[in-house]
Amino acid sequence: MALKIGVLAKQVIDPEMPMAAFRVDSDANKVVTPPNIPPVVNGFDENAVEAALLLKDAQEATITVISSGTEFALDVMKKPLSMGADELILLQDDAFGNTIDSFFTARVLAEAVRKLEGFDLIICGRQASDWDNAQVPLGLAELLGLSCIALCRKVDVSDGKVTAECTTPDGYEVVEADLPALVTVSNELGQPRYPTLRGIMAATRKKPTIWTMSDLGMDSAELEPRVTLRSLFVPETGQDCEYIEGENAADAGRQLALKLREDKLI
Amino acid sequence: MAEATGVLVLGELAGGELASVSQELLAAGRKLADDLGEELTIALLGASVEGASQQAISYGADRVYAVTHPLLEEYQVDLNLAALESLCQETNPNVLLIARTESGRELAPRLAFRLGVGLAQDCLEVSVDPAAKRLLANRPVYGGNAIAVISCDLTPQIAAVRPKVYEPLEPDPSRQGQVVSFPVELESSQARTRIVERVEETSTGIKLEDARVVVSGGRGLGGPEPFAHLEELAKVMGGAVGASRAAVDSGWVPVAYQVGLTGKTITPEIYIMVAISGASQHMAGCSGAKVIVAINKDSEANIFREARYGVVGDWEQIIPAFTAAVRELVQS
Ligand SMILES: Cc1cc2nc3c(=O)[nH]c(=O)nc-3n(C[C@H](O)[C@H](O)[C@H](O)COP(=O)(O)OP(=O)(O)OC[C@H]3O[C@@H](n4cnc5c(N)ncnc54)[C@H](O)[C@@H]3O)c2cc1C
Ligand SMILES: Cc1cc2nc3c(=O)[nH]c(=O)nc-3n(C[C@H](O)[C@H](O)[C@H](O)COP(=O)(O)OP(=O)(O)OC[C@H]3O[C@@H](n4cnc5c(N)ncnc54)[C@H](O)[C@@H]3O)c2cc1C
Repeated sequence: MALKIGVLAKQVIDPEMPMAAFRVDSDANKVVTPPNIPPVVNGFDENAVEAALLLKDAQEATITVISSGTEFALDVMKKPLSMGADELILLQDDAFGNTIDSFFTARVLAEAVRKLEGFDLIICGRQASDWDNAQVPLGLAELLGLSCIALCRKVDVSDGKVTAECTTPDGYEVVEADLPALVTVSNELGQPRYPTLRGIMAATRKKPTIWTMSDLGMDSAELEPRVTLRSLFVPETGQDCEYIEGENAADAGRQLALKLREDKLI
Repeated sequence: MAEATGVLVLGELAGGELASVSQELLAAGRKLADDLGEELTIALLGASVEGASQQAISYGADRVYAVTHPLLEEYQVDLNLAALESLCQETNPNVLLIARTESGRELAPRLAFRLGVGLAQDCLEVSVDPAAKRLLANRPVYGGNAIAVISCDLTPQIAAVRPKVYEPLEPDPSRQGQVVSFPVELESSQARTRIVERVEETSTGIKLEDARVVVSGGRGLGGPEPFAHLEELAKVMGGAVGASRAAVDSGWVPVAYQVGLTGKTITPEIYIMVAISGASQHMAGCSGAKVIVAINKDSEANIFREARYGVVGDWEQIIPAFTAAVRELVQS
């Protein structure tokens, strides 16, 4: 039987945008969406797509990408399809905003996973590069009662088991769990593949399935937040840098050593 | 149910002793407990936790829950989760602090979901809102480009606190406290994952996290070979070598070298950054460094907004001369 893989992918503001374009509206407690900078698929979620494709390279598998949000840039969200994923499910509703808590986001995604039925493996990014919460996948595993392996850099499936290499502070760990399971992956998994021309053509023909809150059988009474965002601000950072100069670059290096000595740092 | 009360810290053990992150968390928790007028307790999980109990008290705990079971001997997340879930249900804490360590970063969200409450993730500061007597947590978002202040609406109010942002209190061995034994019931079948193998990849020598001096290299080094120069400099200064994610992703150094939001948090006295631009996600891991020194050929690089000292120029010229001069100074 083909392995049924779900990949959770979030659309985010491009984290590589110029710092100068980053603005916070402190009155509204929001990050201002920068004009003219297209959003991207969260980087770690592209790693998740790659992890799924590597499995599909080796065995029969289907890959369903699921994303929730208030609005989507379709060309951006189709990237996983052009990389080789089979299907895109967009959970789109004004209620699926970013400011409600991870609990709610995980609830919405869990509902979709249940509705789609029969996943053997769910692959998520380790964290979203906007709110850096690193919570939704772990919560999802709890809500769905799945075994959970976090921070994987390699994911293999055979004999009804997932075996993963997970990054630890000083190396890695090989961990296994029975399917169905959920794993989160990190950039150590390696560069996600580029879409091929054929992939791009195939993706343009595919239409995403769009579900709203009511399609998921949820209602706003379940929106009760568990965390509240009190305020959002840009921290004061930076200091005056003292530039060390010399007759040439090598001399500047020597002057730097003398400066650190003066400060009793060496 | 009676009203939730008390500040509970999830303790971690390192070789049978109370881990330094837990000492830090007790300092954070002590202040919260005093501001709330509540007790500070700590949960120690293991097969036996006697050694660390008195230590926890000397670092500020009023009470220790010794949560014991033979299956807790080796860390396994599902078993620890089950044990903590029953402790929380039984003791009904108002606040729960968990260190965002290798284990805590997975455990905290899963516990919050299991208890059906919210979690303030990756906090740099926790305090008590004096009016509402609720927990306030400051946490970085967007790789540290902005700070969010979060509160939790249900109890326990759980915060995952970033290691190394709080200083432990001065331990007082004469402090008195209570040790409550809390045996739990666990089945080995509750463990859903099995660790097959654990491999260390770091070189021997000073650990990045503990080093007094760290020398890191970035994409601007252009390849793996230049790291030999940084190793040499680090050796002369008695330090360790780190890297940016760009250098790690390029495969020039192992993952364990990475400093930053998704790498290690370091707090050296001197942090020397060579050919690293200073992206917020990198700076998130080194904001606790006392003195940052930047060497970068681009005078507009962000790093010069964060560094105490900067040299604008090519590392290939600067580093050898700097290393030679440091060696001379160290020897004299
Ligand atoms: C400033 C600010 C601070 C916040 N702080 C907190 C907080 O401390 N605690 C809290 O509970 N909530 C918090 N929230 C709310 C929370 O960020 C959102 O609910 C968000 O949907 C989940 O967190 P995340 O985007 O950081 O995802 P993460 O948990 O970091 O996401 C990890 C992975 O889960 C998957 N995933 C996440 N979201 C989606 C999605 N929408 N669609 C598909 N896959 C997805 C992806 O695979 C992703 O890589 C905060 C929100 C804001 C605006
Ligand atoms: C969610 C998320 C998490 C992340 N986590 C991390 C993390 O944990 N750690 C991390 O480091 N990054 C992290 N990043 C990546 C981060 O955003 C940057 O992309 C990365 O830090 C850049 O690395 P760099 O400074 O080495 O490379 P660049 O930004 O490319 O900078 C290279 C620098 O080298 C200089 N240079 C070039 N040649 C020379 C020379 N001959 N002499 C001197 N200087 C020279 C250039 O002027 C430039 O400033 C994360 C990103 C995201 C989105």
